[in-house]
Amino acid sequence: MIPASFDYVAPRTLPEAVAELVKHGQEAKVLAGGHSLIPLMKLRLSTPSFLVDIGRINNLNYIREDDGHIAIGALTSHHDIELSDLLKQKLPLLTSAASQIGDPQVRNRGTIGGAAAHADPNGDFPACLLALDAELKVVGPKGERTIAAKDFFVDTFTTSLQPNEILREIRIATPSPGSRATYLKFSRRSQDWAIVAVAAQVRVTGHEVTQVAIGLTGMGSRPLRASGVEQALRGKGAHDDDIRKAAERAAEGTDPPQDLNGSPDYRRHLVQVLTRRALEQITAHH
Amino acid sequence: MAVSQLIGASIKRREDPELVTGSGNFVDDMSQTALAYLYVVRSTQAHARIEGIEASRAKEADGVLAVWTGKDLQPEFQAPLPVTTSFVPEKKYPNHYPIASDRVRYVGEPVAVVVATSKAAAEDAAERLDIRYEPLSPVLDIEAALKKDAPVLHDDVGSNIAYDVKRAGGDIETAFRDADVRITQRIIQQRLIPVAVEGRGVVADYKKFAKTLTVTSSTQIPHFVKIWLGVILGIPESNVRVIAPDVGGGFGSKIRVYPEEVLVALASRRLSRPVKWTEDRNENMKATHHGRSQIWDVEIAAKRDGKVLGVRTTQYLDLGAYCSQFGTFQAIALLIIQGPYKLPAFDGRGVGVFTNRTPTDAYRGAGRPEATYLIERVMDLVAQEIGMDPVEVRRKNFVPPEEQPFTNLLGLTYDSGDYRITLDKALELVDYPQFRRDQAEARKRGKYLGIGFCTYLEICGLGPSVATTAAAGIGFWGMSVVNLHFTGKATVIIGSSPHGQGHETTFAQIVANELGLPLEDIDVVHGDTAIGPMGMDTYGSRSASVDGTAVYLSSVKVREKARKIAAHLLEAAEADIVYEDGKAFVKGTPSKAVTIQEITGAAFQPHRLPPDMEGGMEATTFFNPPNFVWPFGAHVALVEIDGETGGTRVVRYVAVDDCGTRINPMVVDGQLHGGIAQGIGQALFEEARYDETGQLKTGTLVDYMIPTAPDLPSFETAATVTPSPTNPLGVKGIGEAGTIASSVAVINAIVDALSPFGVKDVDMPATPEKIWHLMHRNGGTTR
Repeated sequence: MIPASFDYVAPRTLPEAVAELVKHGQEAKVLAGGHSLIPLMKLRLSTPSFLVDIGRINNLNYIREDDGHIAIGALTSHHDIELSDLLKQKLPLLTSAASQIGDPQVRNRGTIGGAAAHADPNGDFPACLLALDAELKVVGPKGERTIAAKDFFVDTFTTSLQPNEILREIRIATPSPGSRATYLKFSRRSQDWAIVAVAAQVRVTGHEVTQVAIGLTGMGSRPLRASGVEQALRGKGAHDDDIRKAAERAAEGTDPPQDLNGSPDYRRHLVQVLTRRALEQITAHH
Repeated sequence: MAVSQLIGASIKRREDPELVTGSGNFVDDMSQTALAYLYVVRSTQAHARIEGIEASRAKEADGVLAVWTGKDLQPEFQAPLPVTTSFVPEKKYPNHYPIASDRVRYVGEPVAVVVATSKAAAEDAAERLDIRYEPLSPVLDIEAALKKDAPVLHDDVGSNIAYDVKRAGGDIETAFRDADVRITQRIIQQRLIPVAVEGRGVVADYKKFAKTLTVTSSTQIPHFVKIWLGVILGIPESNVRVIAPDVGGGFGSKIRVYPEEVLVALASRRLSRPVKWTEDRNENMKATHHGRSQIWDVEIAAKRDGKVLGVRTTQYLDLGAYCSQFGTFQAIALLIIQGPYKLPAFDGRGVGVFTNRTPTDAYRGAGRPEATYLIERVMDLVAQEIGMDPVEVRRKNFVPPEEQPFTNLLGLTYDSGDYRITLDKALELVDYPQFRRDQAEARKRGKYLGIGFCTYLEICGLGPSVATTAAAGIGFWGMSVVNLHFTGKATVIIGSSPHGQGHETTFAQIVANELGLPLEDIDVVHGDTAIGPMGMDTYGSRSASVDGTAVYLSSVKVREKARKIAAHLLEAAEADIVYEDGKAFVKGTPSKAVTIQEITGAAFQPHRLPPDMEGGMEATTFFNPPNFVWPFGAHVALVEIDGETGGTRVVRYVAVDDCGTRINPMVVDGQLHGGIAQGIGQALFEEARYDETGQLKTGTLVDYMIPTAPDLPSFETAATVTPSPTNPLGVKGIGEAGTIASSVAVINAIVDALSPFGVKDVDMPATPEKIWHLMHRNGGTTR
């Protein structure tokens, strides 16, 4: 449980960090909160010879609103997201998800940027970012580029980030007033990874669903959108029957894994139940 | 606090300030000049021949002092690792040495050691070993081991069957002939990993010229480790000292002499320098022994009136790759299946098998949770079959209190108890009639509530020497030394070796209660073979009733000597001396008292003593109890199941336990809380799982799910007190009761909750998916 030996640098600025990545190429790994990388290194499943610790770079830990968008710095901890008043008001999907990640120690150290870049298919934030159509701003040797969440998450532990790029900011269009959200997670113990979880962001105007986005955790090798459900609901009523019928489509197009905690069949069942419950919860007050 | 109230006082544990502030002294905290670090290279194969180990690249690595394989070390072992009788004298088992030489039989078995100047260097060098294996077919579970054409693990045993024995009493044929109902059921006791918060660790220091070996080990059994290190390494026992410092939990997982204790000691002797090994969690999960891992087939004969006539059962016990030191201890289950019930007949068969998995051995309860699980499932299966309330079935079958002391079908004699009293109290606490109303109401809302009972009887307090010699191959007893210093402060040496149980507090309470010394003047010391006579260490809920009694008896001896000295000092007859609250005086004149401190001072000044008396204020006791002790209780679990997901929560848990006299009720509660949590862990979460090649799939705490605080309700505990007639304090045992009772209480509750779906049994761990399948196998329809 001691990592293989490695070299370490803790640059103070993003350009310096990118320069280190360029210099060390495939040998280097970015270290943020360390809650995914360090355990893998201790088991020697990951043996990078060079770590670029971005934890000492200033100005990567923030939550702010400008120009109709919420911007979250990559080094913002789960804890800060969970307790942010701005997010509670404008993006409760993220506070709801953050409050269900691991335990307080994990939430104090883990960061949203690290969670996104690690792309664990059972992690909680990726499905939320996908449902929110987040944009991920990344910095590389050629400057900055923006990647849409749907293009960012590629496969298990795989994103479209290049080895010499660093995730800098997550940017999300502020949902219109009246839009509501919840993150429902099913796990065996309270602190576990999700077996299945559902991220739902829905707006009901009058009795009509005017906006709906459903992200799914644990239903494939990357976060997925429940597009069948979205299609069934968009522009339709929000009655119990509509919701029940729509939720039955939650497993469409998914490819859930078999692991110690659940079979694909069980996950396909769970995702329908959780989707229906999330939608019922959100529309309960209409 | 008045002295007479010290037994029964919920005094805060004296151990805790140090432990909760991170000031404890664990093996890994030891540092020493010239300390070298040992890394154990372990088999990655479940079953294979070792074709060769190329160590030259590892030997050349930075900081490496030595690399040794099994072949290098084997000549130094003068004996294999010990194996005790443990209820199965008939068993056949192979010699098991601390390190494999030519064949490996489980993933995690030691195949080489690397010693280096740092832990990191040792681990780095280990990666440079080139080990060539010729894979053999692994035997992956009990059923595979029993197959006729199964690969045989041990050529010298000749088959994978270590034993096939019978344990029976009463007339089982008549029982089944007279039965109205016959029920069969298979019960799985899944393989569990003990997961003590501190893994194991060893520091060994062999002194070349003195030829002495000092070993510090995170163990439950320093005295036994001392004996066997001497035997295996050929060192006189008097030259071996073993210290168990603060030990962060054991649950049975530190009850045996381990390969690493021998390997680290041997490395120190070879290198003439101190050597340390600390297990990491990764090793802990596969190299520290596992528990349970049994299949039980049971047939029940019962009458329609609820009377159980007989139980016929086979216990298939997975020993793992070798027979561990107490590896067959779990077979005790066959002697105590009937629990608190008067059962006319029992017919038991025990079969032990070898598999290519981590060896199994004692884990909290060791055989008693399995026996209790079986008989408490039997009670519920009978209740369900005949349509009777499970509480009534239990009442019908309890041993009538007027028949105590009651001798069970296998010849064990219960010491005391009216088993109805804990059940009555528990029913009152849960409000049973109200629960049944709530249950009916909740079902209409798609929530399935269930209630589960366990009325257990436990055997503990190892033990009466003659009985334990017959059963375990060694006679047990308790040991204490109570030694007062010149100023009247006391050092109490105990034979038990606590690792979380709180003896430093509770045993001090016993001494304070007898001698009237202030608690802070009593120092309880343990876990070091050099400080006193041999003790029998800590396991099986034995310490309070056996070593605690020894402490009591030594205190009484000291008090009697104090009375004699007081009589001499006060120039009175001994018969007229009253000893109270740490003072002695002549009856009727308490104002002219001598204190225990003054008396002790006199004890070290021979001219102040009666002419025929030796000096000193010290007493040693070896206590051989006349019987085991038999605590009992009633636990009730209330569960709530989500009808759509199968998600299950224990929403209430009520435990009423009778462990005789309670020395410190807070410590009793602590034992219960941990034990109940561990049993719920087995019921709902935990299972060691292997893949088809014999690799442990649940090798981290992400995959091996121990229960955490948010997953559990707040436990409600209560007590009745039936003092044990076996010892003068009237104490029984409480270290394992929670675990023994809670797994089956929870499973009974789940089966009760799912009864509308026609469910009769569910295998542990009752995962949400299993429950979902049970609810939906008939399309989700209820009866």
